[in-house]
Order: sequence, then structure tokens, then C-alpha cells
Amino acid sequence: MSVQHVLEKIGSFTLHIFEEIGVLSILFMQTLRQLPNIQRRLTIAQMAHLGVNSLPIVSLTLLFAGMVMTLQIVDILLRYGAQSTLGGIMSIAMGRELGPILTGVVVAGRVGAAMTAELGTMKVTEQIDALRCMAVNPVAYLVVPRFAACVIMVPVLAFYGYLIGTAGGYAVAVFGAGLTHFSYINSIELFTAISDVVYGLIKAMFFGGIIALIACYEGMHAKSGAEGVGQATTRSVVTSIIFIFICNYVLSILLY
Amino acid sequence: MIQLRDVTVAYGKRVVLDHIHLDIYDGETLAILGASGSGKSTILRLIIGLQKPTSGSIWIHGQDITAYSEEEMDEVRRQMGMVFQYSALFDSMTVGENVAFGPRQRTNASEEEIQAIVKEKLHLVGLDGIETMMPNDLSGGMKKRVSLARAIALDPKVILYDEPTAGLDPLRCRDINHLIVSMQHHLKATSVLVTHDMTSAFSVADRLAFLQDGRFRLIAPKEKFKHTQDRDIQQFIHGGELPNEKETAI
Repeated sequence: MSVQHVLEKIGSFTLHIFEEIGVLSILFMQTLRQLPNIQRRLTIAQMAHLGVNSLPIVSLTLLFAGMVMTLQIVDILLRYGAQSTLGGIMSIAMGRELGPILTGVVVAGRVGAAMTAELGTMKVTEQIDALRCMAVNPVAYLVVPRFAACVIMVPVLAFYGYLIGTAGGYAVAVFGAGLTHFSYINSIELFTAISDVVYGLIKAMFFGGIIALIACYEGMHAKSGAEGVGQATTRSVVTSIIFIFICNYVLSILLY
Repeated sequence: MIQLRDVTVAYGKRVVLDHIHLDIYDGETLAILGASGSGKSTILRLIIGLQKPTSGSIWIHGQDITAYSEEEMDEVRRQMGMVFQYSALFDSMTVGENVAFGPRQRTNASEEEIQAIVKEKLHLVGLDGIETMMPNDLSGGMKKRVSLARAIALDPKVILYDEPTAGLDPLRCRDINHLIVSMQHHLKATSVLVTHDMTSAFSVADRLAFLQDGRFRLIAPKEKFKHTQDRDIQQFIHGGELPNEKETAI
């Protein structure tokens, strides 16, 4: 592969990222403008759909993430006699990074994909045009409830994930590695500041907004046919995950 | 009155509508005919503001709507209803919720009033008692009728029909044609019908317009259109064969 080819790839990826930022900013502004017209019934339905349906997968992902992380580090901590810091390490890692980011990725894969597929199908079957014909703004009717639901529910799921992940660590530490209950819990109290968890939830709020905006944009701009909806769904998940990681880095610099 | 003035629509180098002019009078039914892909549906999309022309202007009741914003266009759309080619019913809602959607979103009517509208409009299209059914459980003809009930829920002044009989058997086509005529009598609305179904066009329209190569080849009252000497139009009317050729073949 020639240097020119590599540079072209990097250039095209960079342009794609900036193009996405542009279109998402426009959709974000349109969403903010329509926010006062929010339909509560639709938003609550979306929140229920998003939150309840995502609980099993978030539980499973964060529980095993917490368990495997403890499994990997407990031996090293025991070797250096630092096992009394394990609870704090797990709590901070889950609160600051793993809770929000894993929840974000899981929600992008599960809820973001479903949103894109739903809106994409509405687009290709002219249902979005039908909304416009009935003088109903598609951003107000479709995007605003999903955006609000994600911004509210992803932090709730992330907090739940933080608890589940830390509990998973506890289970492995206490029942697997022989640490005491007191040692793990005391370490959490000693090392974890409220800000560790709160900043994580702020990150999750941003991730929720990113997931909703990308999912809705890709869905509303899906190309005709089943293939078009499939491509939009894939693009939605991939772009959401890329933006979650970029946003996570930027927010980590700003918050901590 | 709806007027299209010197309207051009182009996608890159492909010109779909080429400097067309069209007047649609209040209360009439105009059928726009033409081959598939000739730009018929684009005219409906221009009238209801789903699409902007590349150049030219569109006037509705004396107002130039060409440069209207989406919010301004919503005011114009409140006077219109559209029946889509593939019905475009909201598949996550019941039939009743589909018909009630417009009144719920755009009026302050009570739930009782909305239910009365739903019952009345479903009765008008001959589909009493199917409020709780889902669109996916309906046949193609029933979907079209529900789509029509939804379009007329707020008694629009203009009804746009995009291929209303496409994909239906002859009996269902006849039912839909009767419905379009009865809507015309009932609502006194201006109707614009896009079709390539000649039976449908001749049975419901007052005037017909034939679109070819991005331009109107003929816009005329039904009888004049039927007896035009234009060879292409006669071929279109008779499904590719001219009447004398048919006789020779027989």
C-alpha cells in the first residue's frame, strides 16, 4: 500500500468525521429548537423502551466486565500487598470509565441500531413524508422524544452499570480471592469521591445525546430498500461508537 | 387555485421536469398521466412542499410558496391531504390511531370528537369497525382506503392522490375510483391524481394532463383528451397500440 493511498484514507476518514460533526450539529440545533414542543407521552414511552429493554444486556456486560477486571488485577494486588485498594480501584474505574463507556457502547448497539432501523423503515415507506404532509415536524415528533429519553436514561443505566460492575468485582474478590467484605467496602468509601461517579454520569449523558442524534440522523437519511436501512443501521452503530470514544477522551480532559 | 410557473426539477444533469406550467382550478379533479419515472409524483411533492423546484415558482391560492420555510409550509399543508402510492400508514399505530393522528396533532379536539371523526371518515371509505386493526393486517385496497380516510380527516381543500390504484385488482380499482368521485362530491375539494391507469383517470378526472420528456404534451378536458390525434397519447391510452392497429390485428 503506497503512502499516498494511506494519506488518502486518513484524509477521507477525517473529512467524514467533520462532515458528521456538521450534520449532527445542525440536527442538534433543530432538536433544541423543538425541545419546548416535547411530547411527554412519546418521551416516557421511549424512556421505558430504552431503559427496561436495555437492563439485561447492561447487567450482563457490566457484571462480567467487573468480574473479569477483578480477576485480572487481584493477583497483582495480592503480590504487592495492596489488596485493600481493590474496592476503590474497581469503584473508580467503573464510575469514571467502564460504567459510562460500556453502557454507551451497549446502548449504541442495541437501542441506537433499533432507532435507526425504525426511522429508516419509516423513511423508505414514506411515513416520514406522511408526517410532513400532515404538518407534523419530524424532528419534533421523532427526534426530540428519542434524544430526551437517551439523555435521561443512559446516565441512569450507567449508574446501574456502575453498581452492578462494582458488585461483580466484590463477588470475585470476596468469594473467589478470599478478600474480606470490610476490606472491599472500606476501600470504596476511602478512595471514591462523589465526583468520580457524577462526572461519569455527565459523560453518559453526552453519550446518550450522541447515540440518539446519530441514530435518528442515519435513520432519517437511509437510502431506499432493505439494503439502505441495513447500511444505515451499521453506519449508525459504528459512527456512534467512534464518537463515544472521541467524546470520552475530550470529556476526560475537561472533567478530571 | 394551484399554479406551477416555469418549474424545472433536475437531479444533477438529469432533468425530470423541464420548464413546465400548470394551472389547477378550485374544485376540479385533474389527472396527471405519464410513463413511470416521468416526474408525475414529483409534481405532487412540489405542490405539498416535500421538495423544492430547481427553478420556477409554485403558487397556492395566490401565495408564492416556493421559498417558504418548513414552518410556513406547515400552514399551507393544513389545507391539504395526501394519499401515498404505498399508503404510508404508520405501522406502529392501529387504523384508528392513524386516522386520528392529524386531528390529535393539529387540533385541540376532545377525545370524543376525535373518535367521532375517526368513525365518520372510516364510514366514508366503507371500512366501519376496523379501528383496532393494525395496518399490516389489511389488504392493499384496505390500506389505500385507510390512507384516504387519514388524508381527509381534517376536511382538506386539496387532496393529492399518488397512484391510488397501483397494485390493486380491477374490482378494488373500481372501488377506489368511486371513492375518489364520492370524496369530490362530499368535500368539494380540489383533487390532483397521479396515475398511469387510464380507466381510473377517465372515470374520475375533469381534465387530464399528459407528461412526457419532462414537459406537458397535452392538458385538456376529458372528452378532448380522449379524442386527441396525438399519436403518443393515443398509444398511451390504448396500451401501446393505436385503435386502428388493434382492429387490423383482430
